[in-house]
Amino acid sequence: MARLDIDTLTKRYGDFHAVRDVSLQVADGEFLVLLGPSGCGKTTTLRMVAGFIEPTGGSVRLGGRDVTILPPWKRNAGMVFQSYALFPHLTVAQNVAFGLEMRKLGKTEIGKRVEEALALVRLSGFGGRLPRQLSGGQQQRVALARALAIRPDVLLLDEPLSNLDAKLRQEVRVEIRELQQKLGLTTVMVTHDQEEALTMADRLVVMSEGAVRQIGTQRDLYERPADRFVADFVGRSTFFEGMVEAPGRFRTDGGLALACSGGAQGRGSLALRPERVGIAQTPWIGLDNSLPGTVEFVSYLGALIDIHVRLSPRDRLIVHVANREDGFAPEVGQAVHVGWPASAGQIFNE
Amino acid sequence: MGRWALNGVAAVALGYILLPLIFVVWLAFFRQEIPSFPPEGYSLRWFAAILDQRKFVDGFIISFEVGVLATAIGLVLGVPAALCLARREFAGRAAIGSLLLMPLIVPGVVLGTAMYVFHVELEDTLDVDVIGTFYALVAGHVVVVIPWIVRLVMASLAGVDRTTEEAAQNLGANRWVTFWRITLPAIRSGIVAGGLFGFVTSFGNLELSLFLVGPGRTTLPIVILQYLEWKIDPTIAAVSVVQIALIAAVMLITDRYVKLARVV
Ligand SMILES: Nc1ncnc2c1ncn2[C@@H]1O[C@H](COP(=O)(O)OP(=O)(O)O)[C@@H](O)[C@H]1O
Ligand SMILES: [Mg+2]
Repeated sequence: MARLDIDTLTKRYGDFHAVRDVSLQVADGEFLVLLGPSGCGKTTTLRMVAGFIEPTGGSVRLGGRDVTILPPWKRNAGMVFQSYALFPHLTVAQNVAFGLEMRKLGKTEIGKRVEEALALVRLSGFGGRLPRQLSGGQQQRVALARALAIRPDVLLLDEPLSNLDAKLRQEVRVEIRELQQKLGLTTVMVTHDQEEALTMADRLVVMSEGAVRQIGTQRDLYERPADRFVADFVGRSTFFEGMVEAPGRFRTDGGLALACSGGAQGRGSLALRPERVGIAQTPWIGLDNSLPGTVEFVSYLGALIDIHVRLSPRDRLIVHVANREDGFAPEVGQAVHVGWPASAGQIFNE
Repeated sequence: MGRWALNGVAAVALGYILLPLIFVVWLAFFRQEIPSFPPEGYSLRWFAAILDQRKFVDGFIISFEVGVLATAIGLVLGVPAALCLARREFAGRAAIGSLLLMPLIVPGVVLGTAMYVFHVELEDTLDVDVIGTFYALVAGHVVVVIPWIVRLVMASLAGVDRTTEEAAQNLGANRWVTFWRITLPAIRSGIVAGGLFGFVTSFGNLELSLFLVGPGRTTLPIVILQYLEWKIDPTIAAVSVVQIALIAAVMLITDRYVKLARVV
């Protein structure tokens, strides 16, 4: 395993920047996740690390060695493809052995390492099967075993779980993460699924339109989003559009006067996490903000109840309350009061 | 109702294809010399008659040699051509693609005339024997073999998952190793089918060969034609049966290794 350093990596197609000045460091044994909406340049970044796409600019260093212009077969990166890309005409064992044969290892050594790799993904005894005789989940594990068998400097995962059904996906998430921690694998995973990203990563990189918006831990991204995009993409937020009239005072376009903290004067939006807002039948005392409203929509999400409250013709607020037996569960049409401290909101100036 | 109609049409089409074959095979076993119905009896004498006539045996050998050689050369040229056409982006790709399939569309007589004229020019310019040589014949047949190979190999390439090639490279295989170990096995059926159809096309080709054969080097279809010009007896039917049997055998053997129905 080794560290990975990406410096101002750029890929242009004509005038279009698929990836723009992406810089990031992945420490030895760290699990980094590239998160962003579809088309934001995640795959392109990963493929430049693997060597399938030649960067327009910038560099990739793997374990201190500059690999920017090396062909894929000269980098020691193990990749798991979204479609798994198993060799259809080779057995499971032959698939896993492929990379070892390329490394010119002896027959006995190859046999031993194939066994090891298959055992890691709990597929011992499946070596003689052809890929098409396996389920999707098993194929995915073969792809993982094949990438691990070569003992790569870095493991690259491109949406590895997107072809699995929802239940299996949750199991495999945990499995991959445990394996990664056990083996101390330097790993870069690409996904557009924030839940997947949040469960698996040590650190996350949020991308949009080819550029990095923020790098940080789950807590960093959630508590201190760098911009409105991150606040919107990671977790849920209500955004009030309006302007900071004076320090500590935000007026929404719907005419609400809200207490806020931070932000410069002028137009912007005030973001509020749904679970930071209280909801009750009576006004809130001792909170910076307490506003009356009407419940417009209620949805039970199991552990949470998702409530939408109309505060003004132009302002609607999302509130999440824990689904507890003694908790307050309003109904549609009910008059309620919502409240939150000024510090719960975050201002993003335009 | 619609189903019956469809089955009926299919049966008519199948009969239309099979009927001549059935008659030819039947005819080959008639005892009498003048092919007339009903048969006076059955015998194998016409099969024995083939072997008595050197020209049939020689024609068969020439056709076979030409077919094998033309197919081999066609593969060497056609497979890389198919790879380029399917994989590379370059100016005029579509035009070259159509050009390579042309010999399937252009009438054989036109193709033969063009080639004959070309050979005359070549012989004049280079001052070596070209017209009527065995190599000129093979070169001509390569032209009709290539379209099959290019077409079928391109069809099988379309079904290859490109990411498997990337996976191989990711695991340490360079382009060359990737081709041999991953791409080639994946397009094997297309190559086999292309070669097979190329061979059959070459073996049965008449129009092109008419312009290219030289004295003492006559292909089987031409021998058959010449025989028919002055004599009609079941020998020709017997020769056809041998041809049909040969082609059927090649197809059956091939089909054991690659499912032809899947590529063609
Ligand atoms: N070969 C290419 N030519 C032109 N544009 C491309 C090419 N490959 C990718 N793109 C564009 O680059 C952007 C980023 O693509 P990609 O990295 O695949 O996104 P992601 O994996 O985040 O969904 C997309 O808008 C895509 O259309
Ligand atoms: Mg992608």
